[in-house]
Amino acid sequence: MEDIPEEEYSGGVVKKFMYVNRRAPHGSIYAQESLEVVLVGAAFEQDVSVVFLDDGVYQIRKDQDTSAIGTKNFSKTFRALEMYDVEKLYVEKESMQARGMTEDDLNVPVEVKTSEEIGRLMEEQDVVLSF
Amino acid sequence: MKISVVLNEGPYQHQAADTAYHFIRAALAKGHEIFRVFFYHDGVNNGTRLTTPPQDDRNIVTRWSSLAEEHNLDLVVCVAAAQRRGIVDQSEATRHGKDADNIAPGFRISGLGQLVEAGIESDRLVVFGD
Repeated sequence: MEDIPEEEYSGGVVKKFMYVNRRAPHGSIYAQESLEVVLVGAAFEQDVSVVFLDDGVYQIRKDQDTSAIGTKNFSKTFRALEMYDVEKLYVEKESMQARGMTEDDLNVPVEVKTSEEIGRLMEEQDVVLSF
Repeated sequence: MKISVVLNEGPYQHQAADTAYHFIRAALAKGHEIFRVFFYHDGVNNGTRLTTPPQDDRNIVTRWSSLAEEHNLDLVVCVAAAQRRGIVDQSEATRHGKDADNIAPGFRISGLGQLVEAGIESDRLVVFGD
């Protein structure tokens, strides 16, 4: 991340940003590059929430080990989100259930919401970025 | 309306680059302002001037460059995504000891903050690509 230039925003506008993670953490780079946006975006002091649904729920599964496929295990970085004041993490209940997962399988504290609740949250947003 | 566009797919493999281009042209024709076009993920591949499609096909990259020149568009390629995929401008090439650069005219390389800023500054942020 050291190659990303520091950028500051002092416009004073606070919008509701929602990042929607829908893909498995490995197999494509979308999840990893999504996390990079969330981390950089945190510096802009916006009202940020992060949602995990569909295969995206695997992104925060604990005890990930990527050594056999030789890719970066960035799952620990989700735990750093709190330090960046990104504290609204939501996981879709139906997506977890369909994959036989519970909150105990996750490596970060999240709020479990139903599909309908997440839909309502999306409607409240100014910007929704889906990865 | 002030609109920004995010393009997450490269040229040719997916239609997203074409759809984004046509959307922007249509928006401009309707009198809307395009605040910024941000290229992320494989979308950064829209910004290499080394692209050489067959002559009877559209040239997606030069099409972006022309549109940028015509409408003074801000085409921003994400630096982190670009570094991974080998899209470099002169200063990036120098900084990383590369023997060439390949950024197309009208594009500039900058940080992800430009994407967030586009979301803040625009009335709508429209995303193209999977």
